[in-house]
This record gives sequence, structure tokens and C-alpha cells, in this order.
Amino acid sequence: MKIVVTVKQVPDPNSSLGLEADYSLAREKEVVLDPGDECGIEEGLRLKEAHGGEVVLVSMGPERARDAIRKGLSMGADRGILISDAQLAGADALLTAQALAAAIQAEAPDLVICGTESFDGSTGMVPPMLAELLGLPQLTFAKKIELDGSAVKVHRQTADGYQVVEAPTPALVTVTAGIAEPRYASLKGIMAARSKEIRQVGFGDLGIERGEAVETIEGVADAEARKAGAVIEFDGTAVDRILQVLAEAKVV
Amino acid sequence: MAKIWVYAELHQGKLQPTSLELMARARELGDVEAIALGAGARAAAATLGKHGAKVVHLNEDQAFDDFIAEPATDALAWLYQRGAPDLILFGFTPDSREVAGRLAARLGVGLIANAGDVAATDGAFIAQVPYFGGAKVASMRANRKPVIVLVRPKSFEASEAGGSADIKELALAIGDSSKRARITERVVEASEKVKLEDAKVVISGGRGMGGPANFPLLEDLADALGGAVGASRAVVDAGWVPYSMQVGQTGKSVRPGVYIAVGISGAMQHTVGMKASKVIIAINKDAEAPIMKMADLGVVGDALKIVPALTAALKARKG
Repeated sequence: MKIVVTVKQVPDPNSSLGLEADYSLAREKEVVLDPGDECGIEEGLRLKEAHGGEVVLVSMGPERARDAIRKGLSMGADRGILISDAQLAGADALLTAQALAAAIQAEAPDLVICGTESFDGSTGMVPPMLAELLGLPQLTFAKKIELDGSAVKVHRQTADGYQVVEAPTPALVTVTAGIAEPRYASLKGIMAARSKEIRQVGFGDLGIERGEAVETIEGVADAEARKAGAVIEFDGTAVDRILQVLAEAKVV
Repeated sequence: MAKIWVYAELHQGKLQPTSLELMARARELGDVEAIALGAGARAAAATLGKHGAKVVHLNEDQAFDDFIAEPATDALAWLYQRGAPDLILFGFTPDSREVAGRLAARLGVGLIANAGDVAATDGAFIAQVPYFGGAKVASMRANRKPVIVLVRPKSFEASEAGGSADIKELALAIGDSSKRARITERVVEASEKVKLEDAKVVISGGRGMGGPANFPLLEDLADALGGAVGASRAVVDAGWVPYSMQVGQTGKSVRPGVYIAVGISGAMQHTVGMKASKVIIAINKDAEAPIMKMADLGVVGDALKIVPALTAALKARKG
């Protein structure tokens, strides 16, 4: 059982989004392994522990994304692949999916695990694109995965419960953050990770072309801001103030 | 006239409201054809016609209901071969985004997700997308055709335009190679008293609620107001409450008369799903939390004290 887990380095969700005075994104922000991907790695490790095999982490990003892979290796993943190239800077979802697909194809995995969506972009568009490019079925929003020989079964979260979804492997599965509590890396794991392989792959190794950007930003404007209203302390009159607002809105 | 496709999303025979919202904008942009797949497509076609679809392409093959994304992608790609549209609109919903993603990759055109609006300018399509944490809106120009845009639910008001659609049967058979990710069972866990999307009042809880054991306080307040309870992504991810309660970019979009955000800091992920609410009340320990800057009334203090006090006052009022 060879399992590929895609991982992404994102701005730390626990720090507030930083904007410079000119509205450009603050670059010195703390970056971390996407918390959703930690859950994907954990699930990959559990499946490996139950069925044997190998867990390979694949990431695309700048050189520093190596740290995100290293963290996953210290949790117990076997090796990593970092797709990093100046030509991939600013890649959109399609180019990202094409690059990931090229690197993953060469690994011929039985299972590809992705987070449902990244913490920074939160659009969840790369996984279905990746599944299409790899020619794999997609089992999405999984909160539970079972492997049985050459079949995979997931509980797919829906608005009012879940669906049981089954497919033959190889397959791509996206996991929700609730699937598994990520383990902490042990000191032994951190030491072992230092000698694990992280292979770097450049744009030229992928055999893909970078065409015209799919979309370009024409302009950026201030979002229609809601005006801030009163901010009051919770004191003897606060409840009455809330009731007043509810009455004005005609809901009481 | 530009040729516009709207992907009509059906859930077990039921046309989703977002599809009709898309129709309202689509018919201003050009000639609209809708694509309805799976059980209920024929019934949906009549509704789509009333909302401005000139043509509805449909196919009621069971495969569209039983298998994830691939049969629908095949159908759209098949139709595309027989006449390319300029723009394809999808709802930014869990099911539609899976089909849109596969289709965009198959056609090699990419897409614009999470749009709040889309307009035609000089023959190009420009979508409005939240940017920089939602403080900004970027105008994104799509450079390849067909342009695929996924629009967040509740971005447009659905309305009937009269008229009826020509029905065109999609004469394709879904191959076995696309019948892979099969839905074998549907389990319903949550039975909502008041539907989150339809509620006049929504009370949502975040990390500031301290833990899942305190969520009944929100239920009590919701009962007193005849409202529904929502949640931030943080507490859904933490497993406190089910995904069905998530309000935000990839959860549900709501625009109630009153939205009460309790212990929610106000990350863009959350606010894009609720900032169209008429009145926003925020209850938070942190007076500097981003949610306070968009609330009509912000109350600084301990949610676990404020919420029960408010519930008690509402009950006393009713007598």
C-alpha cells in the first residue's frame, strides 16, 4: 500500500492576517504545515500501520516548504517530494494540480490523501482537479476511511449526515479535519526525520507547460465594509441594549 | 449574445436554490442553457425555464445520483464538444465544486472559485472574489474560454422571468469507467428544527464558547428567538458540532435578519458566509476581534454569562 499525502505550508491560522500599509501581504508571517494536512498525514500513517506500506508526502511551494514536509516526516511519514521552482511562483489551482499530478503519477500510489481545502485559500479546488488529471475516482469529505484489499470505503460528510461511498483503488480521498487527531512528533521521530529523504523536483522535471495565466487580477478595491456599530461592555444595561437591537430588527 | 451554461444542482431529485440564484444573473449576461442531471431533472427543467433558461439539457440516468462527480463531468464535456459556451456557472457548493474542478482540469481552462458576482465587460467575464482576508475584493479576469466561475450561494436573488425552456435530451450513455465512486448508503443524522439557511435569526458559536458542552446555551437562545444555531469552522473542525452547522466560505451562507456571533473572532472564512445579514450582533471577550468592526452592536464580555442572561430576559419578556 503506497499512500501519497499532499501537504501545503500556510500562514499560521493562529496569527491574524497581516497587511502592510500598501495592502500587500506581510511576508514575514509565521508559516506552518496546514492543520488540515496534519490530519491527512495522521490518517495516512494509521492506514499504513494497519495495512503496511509507505507514506510519501508531496508538496509544492518555496524552499521553506521543506519545513512543512519535515514536520510530517517527524510524525512518521517515510519520505517527501518538494516541487519548488521560481517558474511555479504564483501558480493558480490548475497549474498546482498539474504539477502535483506529474510528481504523484511517477509514484503510482494506491491512495492519494488531500485535505478537503487549505486553511489559506479554502476553495478546495485542487483535489478534484488532481483526481481528474490522475484519472482517479474522488471520495471527498471523508470523516472515516476503510481499506479492504483493492477497495476503499469512506463516510462522506454531508449537510445532514453522511454518505457511505465506495470505490476501487487507486483512488483520491479528501479528508475533513475531524478524521483523526494528529499525533505529536516524538523526539525520536524528529531525530529520524533529519535523515529521511526530501527529493526536490524542478519545473523542468515535471514535463508540463506553463501557459497563459488562467486568470489575471484586473484591480483590487475595498470590500463593501459594514460600518462598525457601538461596542459596549457587558454591564447592567447590555442585555437591554441587545433587546433593543432585536426589537428594531423586528425579531422580538 | 454570449452563450451561458448554468449547472443545475439536484439532490435526490430536488433542484437546489443556488441554481435559481445563478439563473437570475446568467440571463442578464446572455442566452442561458441549463444542464440538469439525474432524478428530477425533467421536473426541474420547467422551473429552470420559468427562471430564464431557453434550453435545458437533461438526462435522468441513475448514474448521476449514484456516483460522485465523474458522470456529471462526462456529460458536461460531451455537451461541450457539441457547442462550447462562453461561460459556465456553478454554485460554490461541495457537490458542484467537485464537478467544476474535474471539468476545468479536463478542458484545461482553470476556473474562478468563491466569486460573489460575475459581469461581462468588453466581451470578457470579470468575477468579484474576496481578497486579503475579505478586506478587499479582487476583480478577476478569466483568460481562457470557456470561463468557469463558481459563485457563492445567496449572492443573487432568485426570481422568475416567465418563459419556458426547450428540453433537449442528452443522448449519452455513462460508461462503466466513470462509475467508480459509488454512494451506497445515505445516513441522515441531523434533523434541524429551523433550517439554518432560512432562519430569521442565526446564533453561531465559535471557540469562545469554551467547549461543546456549552452549545446548549445557544440552543436555548435560538429557541427563545425562533432561530437556528450555526458554528464557525474552528469548532466544526474540532469536532464540537457537526459540519451541517458550519457557516462560512465552505459551509453555509446565510443572510438572516439578525446574526448573533458568539465567541467568533471573525476570520474571512466565516464572515463571507454571514456578512450579508441585516443586523449583526457580536459577543466576544476581545474588543479588538475583527467581528467587532463589522457588528452593529458588539458586547465585550464572557459569552457564557451573556447568552444565558439574554435568554432569561427574552423569556421574562414573553411572560
